[in-house]
Amino acid sequence: MSRTTVAPAPTAAAPAPPPTVQEAGRRRRRLAVRDRWYLYVPLLLALAATVLPFAWMVSGAFKPQSEILSGEVRLLPQDGTLRNFRDLFTRVDFGHYLFNSAVVAVAVVLGNLLFCSMLGYALSKLDFPGRRVLFALVMTMLMVPTVVTFVPLFVLVTKMGLANTYGALILPFLATPLGVFIMRQFIAGIPDSLIEAARLDGAGEFRIFFTLVLPLSGPALATLAILQFLSSWNEFLWPLVAAQTEDMYTLPVAIALISASANSVNYGLLLAGATVVVLPVLGLFLLLQRYFVQGISTTGLK
Amino acid sequence: MSSTSTGVRAAVRGRAPAWRRRQALAAWLFALPFTLLFAAFMVGPLLASVGLSLTDMTSRDLRTPLAVRFVGLGNFVELAGDETFVRAIGNTVYFVGVGVPLTVAVALLLALALNNGINRFRSLFRVGFYTPVVTSIVAIAVVWKYILEPDGLLNQGLGAIGIGGPDWLNDTRFAMPSLILLAMWRNMGTLMIIFLAGLQGLPADVYEAARMDGANALQRFRSLTLPLLRPTLLLGCVLISVYYFQFFEEAFVMTEGGPLESTLSITYFTYNEFGYGNYGYASAASYVLAIAIGLVTLVQFRLLREKG
Repeated sequence: MSRTTVAPAPTAAAPAPPPTVQEAGRRRRRLAVRDRWYLYVPLLLALAATVLPFAWMVSGAFKPQSEILSGEVRLLPQDGTLRNFRDLFTRVDFGHYLFNSAVVAVAVVLGNLLFCSMLGYALSKLDFPGRRVLFALVMTMLMVPTVVTFVPLFVLVTKMGLANTYGALILPFLATPLGVFIMRQFIAGIPDSLIEAARLDGAGEFRIFFTLVLPLSGPALATLAILQFLSSWNEFLWPLVAAQTEDMYTLPVAIALISASANSVNYGLLLAGATVVVLPVLGLFLLLQRYFVQGISTTGLK
Repeated sequence: MSSTSTGVRAAVRGRAPAWRRRQALAAWLFALPFTLLFAAFMVGPLLASVGLSLTDMTSRDLRTPLAVRFVGLGNFVELAGDETFVRAIGNTVYFVGVGVPLTVAVALLLALALNNGINRFRSLFRVGFYTPVVTSIVAIAVVWKYILEPDGLLNQGLGAIGIGGPDWLNDTRFAMPSLILLAMWRNMGTLMIIFLAGLQGLPADVYEAARMDGANALQRFRSLTLPLLRPTLLLGCVLISVYYFQFFEEAFVMTEGGPLESTLSITYFTYNEFGYGNYGYASAASYVLAIAIGLVTLVQFRLLREKG
């Protein structure tokens, strides 16, 4: 996907007018930058400050311990090394944590795509007793934080014999109210006439859902997939509680516990770990920013 | 036979029954997987946490559930007298009370700047300010801890302009502000996007009229933008408050709740009590947080709706 098609700018790039006008436009825009230096300069400084921690993270990940301890400020490592990354996958079992995080995130995304869109379809296009109550109930749970439910959830998962399994890490996140909200909202916008026509042609509700509604819901599904992937990948409190042995750690749990356990912090190792956690997500974000921003501005939620 | 009888019943009530009933059945089949998971893993635990908070359940009772005693509001009474918990409330209020206005103000400034004739690099700014939002707090907290070390990047930078920076995370005065700064950096992007969407929805002709009447930028901001943007600002405040009330990960990685419990939050307290095996007590603590979140949300809705 190229940068230009992705740019989410309703006001920025207008379609190219004839050359002369374009010239004038360019000049005007350059003037606008000069006119508004009092906005551009602070914004650029703020942007630099915002991005600096990422640069410092990547830079530190490639520095040997000696250079990190020396405390000299150098953005490019003097003695660049891959040692931190090698240690990460040999001395620490980071590959395994990466695998755990990926398994959990993929399962959570797929489950939400299916279950939330199914309920979203029922709530927006089908008539059934209990519809209003169910929707109201799901929406009241929109803001209930994990911290309120994790203790009984832990008791429940233990009683079910799921303690310290993938099931424990995945099941509590398979059905999220936010997903229902997004899917219901979107599917409601699909014209009733389309669905009526399919019904008249003799298609059953399940066929309509899988062959008509789901394929039409692409943008909403993409938004939902991204939001769920992010929250699963970054989730901390529940995996910290539910993963009791090292082989069930997810990436954030591993990083937090490595950071907490050591007497003297091995920053090279930790920064390499942070890089492995953060960079793929940043890349994904830059590629798919349109859907991220849609997710935020249509739902107002993270 | 049954079909005729239901047919008659439906005819009596004057409805078209067959397709309607079939649709209701299909609808419930669609709703079933979500509803079961939702009931088991969200509604159930939420209700159970009320029950649990009224008992003395500990980790030992996992095997002998019958030994659990009902203690009424005993846990809450004990919490009120628990110095550490009172401390945790104070810290959480500090974090929310300073963090929310700061984040909202910075995000609003960014949104206003980007909405006022920034044509070039506009999407670069938007994307750039938003990037921290997508990152894992744990991972990024490690990076910030590194930056905030006594001889870290920040203090080196301050030193270059002749300021001796403190040991940010090990000083009771600076630990909390450091965490607030991190939270602001991590979350301003979300609010910026929400505010930008709100600003772009404001009616242009009203501004034109105000400009014709000679209202300057500050006047237009105070008497047009602020009141018109109220619903959006409210949404932003509520979202960010709910989120900030639960703060935990930053402290877990950067300060472990210290120094001297100065960054111990309610969530952290709950997690610790859970770790000690005091399930009833931990549930009670988490319920205090839930109630606080509910109340603050209500108050914010009230305040921002009434004024103006």
